[in-house]
Amino acid sequence: MAIELRTVTIKPRRQAYDHLVRRFGDKPASRYQEASYDIQAAENLHYKPTWDPGQDLYDTKITKIIMQDWYALKDPRQFYYNTYTLTRARQQETAEANFNFVESRGLADMLPDALRDVALNVLVPLRHAAWGANQSNTFICGYGYGTTLTQACMYHAMDNLGIAQYLSRLGLLLGDIDALNAGKEAWLNGAAWQPLRRYVEDCLVLRDPIELFVAQNLALDGLLYPLVYECIVDRHLSAKGGSAVAMLCQFMNDWFDETRKWVDAVLKTAASESEHNRDTLAQWARHWIDRAIAAVSPIVEQALGADTGKVVQEYVAALHARIQKNGIPL
Amino acid sequence: MDVKVTKKKLSLKDRYKLLTRDLGWQTTYQPMDKVYPYVTFEGIKIHDWEKWEDPFRLTVDAYWKYQAEKERKLYAIIDAHAQNNGHLNITDASYLTALKLFLQAISPGEYAASKGFARAGREFGGIGTQVACQMQALDEIRHAQTQIHAISNYNKFYNGFHAFADQRDRIWYNTVPRSFFDDAMSAGPFEFLIAISFSFEYVLTNLLFVPFMSGAAYNGDMSTVTFGFSAQSDEARHMTLGLESIKFILEQDPANVPIVQKWIDKWFARGMRLLSLVATMMDYMLPKRVMSWREAWNIYGVENGSALFTDLARYGIGLPKHWDDVEKSIDHISHQVQMALYQWSFGTSFHSWIPSDEDMAWLSAKYPETFDKYYRPRWENIKKLKAAGTPYANFGLPKLCQVCQLPCLFTEPDDPTSHCQRETEYKGEKYHFCSDGCQHVFENEPEKYVQAWLPMPGLFQEPLKGDIGAWMQWVGLNPGKDTGDYDGSEDQLNFAAWRTQATRNE
Repeated sequence: MAIELRTVTIKPRRQAYDHLVRRFGDKPASRYQEASYDIQAAENLHYKPTWDPGQDLYDTKITKIIMQDWYALKDPRQFYYNTYTLTRARQQETAEANFNFVESRGLADMLPDALRDVALNVLVPLRHAAWGANQSNTFICGYGYGTTLTQACMYHAMDNLGIAQYLSRLGLLLGDIDALNAGKEAWLNGAAWQPLRRYVEDCLVLRDPIELFVAQNLALDGLLYPLVYECIVDRHLSAKGGSAVAMLCQFMNDWFDETRKWVDAVLKTAASESEHNRDTLAQWARHWIDRAIAAVSPIVEQALGADTGKVVQEYVAALHARIQKNGIPL
Repeated sequence: MDVKVTKKKLSLKDRYKLLTRDLGWQTTYQPMDKVYPYVTFEGIKIHDWEKWEDPFRLTVDAYWKYQAEKERKLYAIIDAHAQNNGHLNITDASYLTALKLFLQAISPGEYAASKGFARAGREFGGIGTQVACQMQALDEIRHAQTQIHAISNYNKFYNGFHAFADQRDRIWYNTVPRSFFDDAMSAGPFEFLIAISFSFEYVLTNLLFVPFMSGAAYNGDMSTVTFGFSAQSDEARHMTLGLESIKFILEQDPANVPIVQKWIDKWFARGMRLLSLVATMMDYMLPKRVMSWREAWNIYGVENGSALFTDLARYGIGLPKHWDDVEKSIDHISHQVQMALYQWSFGTSFHSWIPSDEDMAWLSAKYPETFDKYYRPRWENIKKLKAAGTPYANFGLPKLCQVCQLPCLFTEPDDPTSHCQRETEYKGEKYHFCSDGCQHVFENEPEKYVQAWLPMPGLFQEPLKGDIGAWMQWVGLNPGKDTGDYDGSEDQLNFAAWRTQATRNE
């Protein structure tokens, strides 16, 4: 039986802040809405940036994409700081438990050498690519317009850094500092890694925030994560007895499944705004996916050898389908 | 079964280094100066980014864990506060003036800081510095959001909160904090760091944060004070970053010292003008006062500040240029600003009031040299005007300082009976300033400050063309409800009625 507690009820005089009433009607606003909409300065900006007087302090014109309302690029996960940190805190508990499990049972030492080598060769240099991704998303947060998009990019940037740190721990666990040093050497000088490093460095000088979003979060990570974590780690390595590696990479797999929904939502909304946006996004996607294929293939080859071409084509087809589903014709 | 190999044990420092610093590399496919295009134009010389000492060694997973724990506790209290009419536990609804000012002026500043730190977190050429800035970018968005959430319930019952987002960009007194943060963000990454991390977070934050949050605690505002406690460990990290930043920059090259000194002079002058609103809050707006502005300045300004600058003397850094003028102003500014807010209260989204006899006794005790001599007689006169049915109101528009954007209402440092007014001619135009400090800031960077958006001329331009009613609507002011004297206001009447409803049987 429910017992009704009696409380003193005072009728509220208004439901929400004015800017939210204008957007969503005269009703109570959600915490996501309060935390996200119209909280960036929009008018009467005082000074031009000394670092680039051609720009405004908050500038919609530094990207080719045109939006009537940048706040339309909302996050289907409705992440604001609170929901973001709570979600990741739960995930890091699982990740921590996984690392402990692998470490305490000596599972790393039981890995056959051939598998350990593949894991180290493929995964450890990727921590540098994840740092590049952090730089991209920090950039989009810093220079992008409207909190619905930019806050999600800041969370994404921290995730990228978190992943770089998980990969570093994986390297330490499976191979000690030497593994990190070898990974860095491969990243800097190994032939297989140069196309990817070139891709990442080209992203570091890209200053159109939405093109960068496409290059980093859609084209590169959209191909890299499924190929590496789903195909190589979960299928290839696990089938041969390397499921310990899969445990250490669970965060990356779960994370990609979750964040791709956000990436898709942003692109779908931007594309549906106008033909101009659609064409621009399509052109960027084509350009960067072509480059991503070339950048990722030699890495995949280290694990899959002769099957690489076929497997990569499969994943490219899946990525194309995903992009077309978002209303971007390729 | 294989024997487990024991790995080399890493120290916390080395481990953190591997997990952050070691992620970066010297780019070769793109030149480093294209990757980090803004690190040189300010003239700051960095020879070795590796010398940066990480002020806190927090990996991302640890950050998630600690912060989530704090978030859970904070939102439990915000929810309980909303559910149980926590707003009726404040000392008096006049307290809300402080909170309205906080939401309109400070929370947007937290957001701007978040954005600025994201940019800094991308633009610096050293990973240690970048990661520290990125974490602060996250913290600052946390602060903006939790403040908006904590205050949201007050907006449902009281006036003056509802249009904070419009007022951030449009209402005259909010150009004081807005121009402050715009100024920092339009500066290069090093000046931004000295402005926000060092001058603001390290030198001045205790003068902002402690008074507001203690004010909330003293006045029964559970929601805001819980935010304050929750943000404290973030603030401690930010202060550490501020101190590390300045030491790092100064140790890198002696040529950095005069540049940094100039920035410290500037941001101290600008910061102290911004804090004049805090001074007024402490002395006039809190029903139960924590301490006077003078007392706060003695502790957080004089004691802590002098210790800090003594410590920095070994680098060749001295006290900020206008320190003495600020010291002379401490016993005056809150009284001068409150009188201004009262006379222009037709155009503020918070209430002002004439201090009661009890308030005035407190003010004379706290300001024995100045209150009775200069300010009590004026308040007595204002009281008389109100009693006679002709309340003191100023419908003229104040002349604003081109730099700090406060009305030119302050007095000469050495003569509290004459207004301080300065002017500089630049490219055939005259610009006005409230003080030597602000004039000095202008003269160092006139091209920047001539761009300032001044709200008073704005009133006479399109689309308002001098129409006060249209202006009210444009800034989201509901005349007579959001504005004016607290005495007789809806906030006052509603609060009394609701308290009766909640505590009596009728």
